[in-house]
Amino acid sequence: MSVSGKSVLKRLDWFSVLLYISLVFIGWINIYSSTFTDNNPSIFNFATLHGKQLFFIGASGMSIIIILALEANFYERFSSLFYIVSLALLIGLFVFGKTIAGATSWYDLGFFNLQPSELAKVATALALAKYLSDIQTDIKRQKDQMIAIMIILLPAFLIIPQPDPGSALVFFALIFVIFREGLPLYYLGIGFMVILIFILTLMFGTIWVGIILGLLLALFLLLKKPSFKVPIIPVILIYVAIVLFSLSVNFVFNNVFEQRHRDRFSLWLRLEKDPKKLEDIRRDIGYNTYQSEKAIESGGKYGKGFLEGTRTKGNFVPEQHTDYIFSTVGEEWGFVGTATVVLLFTTLLLRLVYLSERQKNDFSRMYGYGVISILFVHYFINIGMVIGVLPTIGIPLPFFSYGGSGLLFFTALLFIFLKLDANRLNELT
Amino acid sequence: MRKILLSSIILLVGITFIGRLSYLQIFSFSPNQILEDPAIKAVYDYPERGYIYDRNGKLLVANQPAYDVMVIPREVKPLDTLEFCNLLGIDKERFISQLSKARVYSPRLPSVLVPQLSKEDYGRLQEKMRRFEGFYIQKRSLRYYDTSSGANVLGYISEVNEWDLERNPSYAAGELKGTTGIEKEYETILRGRKGVKYIQKDRFNRDIGPYKSGTLDTLPEQGKQITVTLDKMLQEYGEKLMTGKHGGIVALEPASGEILALISGPTYDPALLVGRERSKNYSKLHYDTISKPTYDRSILASQSPGSPFKTLNALVALQEGAITPETTFHCYNGFYVGRRKRGCHCGGGTRNLNSGIYLSCNAYFAGAFRKIYDQFPTSAEGMDVWEKHMKSFGLGTFLGYDLPTGRPGRIPNKEYYNRIYGDNRWSSSTIISNSIGQGEVEVTPIQLANMTAAIANRGHFFTPHILKKIEGEAINITEFTEAKHTTIDKKHFEPVVQGMAEVYKKGTAARLQIEGIEIAGKTGTVENFTRINGVRTQLTDNSVFVAFAPVDNPKIAIAVYIENGYFGSRYAGHIASLMIEKYLKGEITRVDLEKKMLEKTLEEEYAKPYSGQPFKINERVW
Repeated sequence: MSVSGKSVLKRLDWFSVLLYISLVFIGWINIYSSTFTDNNPSIFNFATLHGKQLFFIGASGMSIIIILALEANFYERFSSLFYIVSLALLIGLFVFGKTIAGATSWYDLGFFNLQPSELAKVATALALAKYLSDIQTDIKRQKDQMIAIMIILLPAFLIIPQPDPGSALVFFALIFVIFREGLPLYYLGIGFMVILIFILTLMFGTIWVGIILGLLLALFLLLKKPSFKVPIIPVILIYVAIVLFSLSVNFVFNNVFEQRHRDRFSLWLRLEKDPKKLEDIRRDIGYNTYQSEKAIESGGKYGKGFLEGTRTKGNFVPEQHTDYIFSTVGEEWGFVGTATVVLLFTTLLLRLVYLSERQKNDFSRMYGYGVISILFVHYFINIGMVIGVLPTIGIPLPFFSYGGSGLLFFTALLFIFLKLDANRLNELT
Repeated sequence: MRKILLSSIILLVGITFIGRLSYLQIFSFSPNQILEDPAIKAVYDYPERGYIYDRNGKLLVANQPAYDVMVIPREVKPLDTLEFCNLLGIDKERFISQLSKARVYSPRLPSVLVPQLSKEDYGRLQEKMRRFEGFYIQKRSLRYYDTSSGANVLGYISEVNEWDLERNPSYAAGELKGTTGIEKEYETILRGRKGVKYIQKDRFNRDIGPYKSGTLDTLPEQGKQITVTLDKMLQEYGEKLMTGKHGGIVALEPASGEILALISGPTYDPALLVGRERSKNYSKLHYDTISKPTYDRSILASQSPGSPFKTLNALVALQEGAITPETTFHCYNGFYVGRRKRGCHCGGGTRNLNSGIYLSCNAYFAGAFRKIYDQFPTSAEGMDVWEKHMKSFGLGTFLGYDLPTGRPGRIPNKEYYNRIYGDNRWSSSTIISNSIGQGEVEVTPIQLANMTAAIANRGHFFTPHILKKIEGEAINITEFTEAKHTTIDKKHFEPVVQGMAEVYKKGTAARLQIEGIEIAGKTGTVENFTRINGVRTQLTDNSVFVAFAPVDNPKIAIAVYIENGYFGSRYAGHIASLMIEKYLKGEITRVDLEKKMLEKTLEEEYAKPYSGQPFKINERVW
């Protein structure tokens, strides 16, 4: 134990640890600022939100020690169990769950609200790595592809009805892991086509999508080399499928979506052509985004300074200490601050890609990709939403947003991988 | 490919984010943050507007408090409406409608319920105000006038409009600014600078303390008090004399160009444009298109000068060597232009410069005028010289005085006549009317007074101006302290001044001399026309008079222009004489003369063109 303890500290990727500490520290500073009031200036008051977050930062530190202390193969060995337990916890929510802000996503543990979907993220990443690295799994086989996808989708389907579509979306990101391991790229192509046709249909309507696609097809048939044989019937079938999908998009958009979802898309894609109505939607459904964009904009190049953000102080951005924490960075630290945070995240993610690729052990590499996918999708969707390039989807910014269970599980997610990485040389012997 | 897919996406997203952030924070960033920030409210502390004093330190304009009854609709508790309405002096319907208007504007923010209570109403209301929750009284500062004169020259202040707001960012909606007269001209000095307090607000618009602990806040800077060149006593006296007469009086101090009085008749009490009745009074004044009380005739009325202009023609003729003081012309109770005879009131006979002036002989000046032009090969060249001399007296151009409005008048030139008659198809005979101040030449009363000051100074003048001191400190503006020299040599003035002095001794104003004061003056009786239903109709002559006194070392130069007052020696001459006496002696010895001027009005004369009946002009009796 003493030897391995020494070696784990020696072999730990301290660069990643440094990036992690920077993000947590900057995150906490901004939580402090966005929950700061003049009558409650004490930093170590655990009744305040920033005080609580400080407590969870301490708890995360403890969990890091435990994670690093445990045997590296513990995680691989028990990954299936973790997965089953987290599925059970997700199912249990339907009976014992605690409802906060309309979503039944928590267990009330008295001192602490546990969010099993956070646990499920770690567990699913482990389980997927375990399954894919299994000697009997061949990702070229369609059956194995389906099983891998099912591992991802199962927890997602349990989370959607909470309802927490944001968290469910995170699981889809794990598809990157399967791609890395050899899932044919046309899956990605299909996924991309689905999103593209969805957006194009909303913007231009089914008829135009059909006409343009038909014209492109005709153009292709005219210009192709005579030697190139086109399988006419499958092409026609695909074309019909796309048109049908496009029609179903209209149906889903108009009949399945609720008005607030429609409004989010109207705002994002500027579907509403009447500027007055668009402004109404912006004020109403887009209020958060509008306020956070304005707060970020008002920070300018260098920001207004720590605790000087007027819009932060005036609580103009709702949920600023959780999902919209990045707007505090924008207002108080300006472009310098926001660019730093984006660079820190980019560096951390690329570092993790580098670490994953150097793993000799398949399980470690695949888990590493799981970690990257999960962190990346949080970072991408959260900041994209806060700066107004993506529609509103409520998921937190890793290491940054206020929330105990979030911070704990993001920490665990990362440090399990760092432990595996530190252990990689032992595997050889 | 599989290995770099995720890395590429991560990099791409990073670049996209940085791009979007630089768009937001660098390109969209507006430096005016503090005013656009909904989280910061600027609360202004208005400085008191500067007082205005006359040349002797007598107060003209000050400030008075006014009291607005304010309401915050959300905080209003049930109340005894009837009692409250009685206290405010409004009826119940008005109260209810004002209250609902305020509620529509904002339930949370204060609105004005009743504007500008008088001091007395405020006194009664103040003690009982506590009982009516949601209402309070807010003090404002309004202009207070310590005189009922000078409305046009002092000017008024009014709320800034959209246009001002766009052009000048230092104004905010609802603020007051000088709109006319001195208030407008010296707005920046009088206004001071408002102080500002920045208050941090939350999204419910509640105060949560000072912004940046008040480090950016500023204290208001009081408006500066100014002393103007007007003589309050003279201004008030002149306006009293103008009762019932239309026209302008301008009195200058020749040695400095300071404006002693700037009177336009009819005028109004400046207090009318202050307080609760302001807008009602304003429309009444603004829509009075017959007497036009807001039209400042002293600087805007551009009209034929009449005979006072003869003095300038005499000076030009002397300067150009066309005449000497001894040159004579014969008056046949008029003179001939071709075969047409133009009349003259002087009585006929041989006239030299001296008698030409004091008897105001038309024939003499027509002769002198022709002689100027005859010296040059073409009329156009004569015209150039004549125009140059006239303009050196400040005619035909904006004088450059410090008031916001004015007219340039008109000194015709060769281009002007070429346009009317065709190139060079005119001669001194064509334009002979200008010799006696009729015809195409036009001046404003202030130009007339300035021209008189130039004669009084024997050849130079100082640009007329109204500002004397700022905060007790005499101004030093070269534009006003530098003498402007006319193009006439000093030696030519003496004979003309002599002629003007004779006007009072044995000439057209012989009955208007003042004991102990030697005055030089010149009468003018000006033909004028109007259009009634499109028909050019002659009205009773305008009565004009210019004078300065004492003849040596003059203290005052004055021009009086009374519309349709007939002979120059009548209204204008009387008023000029009284004004000079009042200014130099401080009192009036000729009580009968004064009484006559105070009582006589020209209302009947002004009603004639509107009567719809044929009417007589230039009636003998008065």
